[in-house]
Amino acid sequence: MNLDFGQIIPSLPFILQGILVTLRFTVLSALLGFTLGTLLSLLKISSIKPLRWFAEFYTSIFRGTPLILQLALVYFATPQIIGYKITPIEAGVFTFSLNSAAYSSETIRAGIMAVDKGQREASMSLGVAYRPMMLDIILPQAFKNILPALVNETIALLKDSALVSTIGVLDLMRRAQVVAGQTFLYFEPLLVVGVVYYVMVMGLTQAAQVLERRMRRSD
Amino acid sequence: MIRIEHLVKSFGPLEVLKDISTQVDTGEVVAIIGPSGSGKSTLLRCINLLEVPTAGHIFIDGIDITSPKCDILKVRQNVGMVFQHFNLFPHKTVLGNLTYAPMKVKGLSKADAGKIALDLLAKVGLSEKADQYPSRLSGGQKQRVAIARALAMEPDIMLFDEPTSALDPEMVKEVLDVMKGLADTGITMCIVTHEMGFAREVADRVLFLDGGYLVEDAPPDIFFSSPKSDRAQQFLEKVL
Ligand SMILES: Nc1ncnc2c1ncn2[C@@H]1O[C@H](COP(=O)(O)OP(=O)(O)OP(=O)(O)O)[C@@H](O)[C@H]1O
Ligand SMILES: [Mg+2]
Repeated sequence: MNLDFGQIIPSLPFILQGILVTLRFTVLSALLGFTLGTLLSLLKISSIKPLRWFAEFYTSIFRGTPLILQLALVYFATPQIIGYKITPIEAGVFTFSLNSAAYSSETIRAGIMAVDKGQREASMSLGVAYRPMMLDIILPQAFKNILPALVNETIALLKDSALVSTIGVLDLMRRAQVVAGQTFLYFEPLLVVGVVYYVMVMGLTQAAQVLERRMRRSD
Repeated sequence: MIRIEHLVKSFGPLEVLKDISTQVDTGEVVAIIGPSGSGKSTLLRCINLLEVPTAGHIFIDGIDITSPKCDILKVRQNVGMVFQHFNLFPHKTVLGNLTYAPMKVKGLSKADAGKIALDLLAKVGLSEKADQYPSRLSGGQKQRVAIARALAMEPDIMLFDEPTSALDPEMVKEVLDVMKGLADTGITMCIVTHEMGFAREVADRVLFLDGGYLVEDAPPDIFFSSPKSDRAQQFLEKVL
């Protein structure tokens, strides 16, 4: 086995620029996904049956089919169906947000249910309306409980984001493949981005632990 | 003034309140007592619509709060509630707990809400705890904060559901003292309690519930010395 990292050094800046692409993609998808997931979770605990059905159906669709299929469908079918030439990044963020909403809505629902029902009753007894009660009282406590789970979801999102390389987004993964194509070296660029993914995931995990510890101290 | 007419509350097939009628005058302090499961909490929770009555009417100052046209949020602003387990907001400071609803619901400015809150904290003897989080307080302190939080909305009526039942014995008095002070201010109070001494001393009237029926409705001296019903007699023999 002879490795030749020397040859890919000129391509390193090109590869590393993918960090920003991947990170931005992940953060955007996570934020949109969790926002949508929160709305979905509220539908799931609503007393109106059709809303619950819709949310359950939505979740089952996104959990019941491969993410790469959802991605391909959004990217290739959107121009065909609505005539809009969707960019790979748009298609990626759109699909990942919808997908992550489905998964996180389950977590968020569990988090809301775990908040003591006395919190709801205290808010109601003070005349607080549904929306501020959710936004100011219930959800902050719910998110605090499920923060570790949401970090895990974000980590999964970060790793799965490599899938957008299949529709041509120039993320970390795609850049490794481009360099491989140019240099005919496969192991070296893939190893480099492998290390980069690993470091990012470890960084997120660490940050989450620090955050968790700090929040536990405030209890 | 609260007027309850033929109130019925069922949970599915289980009828928990059976045709209850009574009246609580403005400024009156009413103790609600009875064995476990007799429907005391449910009765109290119907008065601020945490439970929706199955049948019958409840009028507060002449307004039928069981009417579908009634604005539930408006009713609740005027009816404070204190819970057995305090239910303070753990992610807000004591001051934050007291100012949240006045600002959010009544639209008070932070300064105005803060002034009311600090006033109330002084009254319940917890001025120095304003910036603490609830988790740092003892049970008795938590309950006094909870009372202050309800009072911060400046309600005409206060409901208490076993406010001292979750407290260590040595903390019961500090909460009861606050409630006694409150009773003297002329606010209308409905108190579910197992503290018979307190009921006897502070209440203007005692409602005795058993099996969902309002069995006795009498002034405390009469109720405690010569209860009419066998069930009340048996109950008092057990608890006194
Ligand atoms: N949400 C509910 N769903 C079904 N049953 C309920 C519900 N709330 C109360 N009950 C039932 O109604 C009855 C009366 O309950 P309630 O809590 O009013 O009694 P209580 O007099 O306050 O008792 P305790 O002294 O134990 O607090 C009980 O049999 C209880 O199991
Ligand atoms: Mg009760």
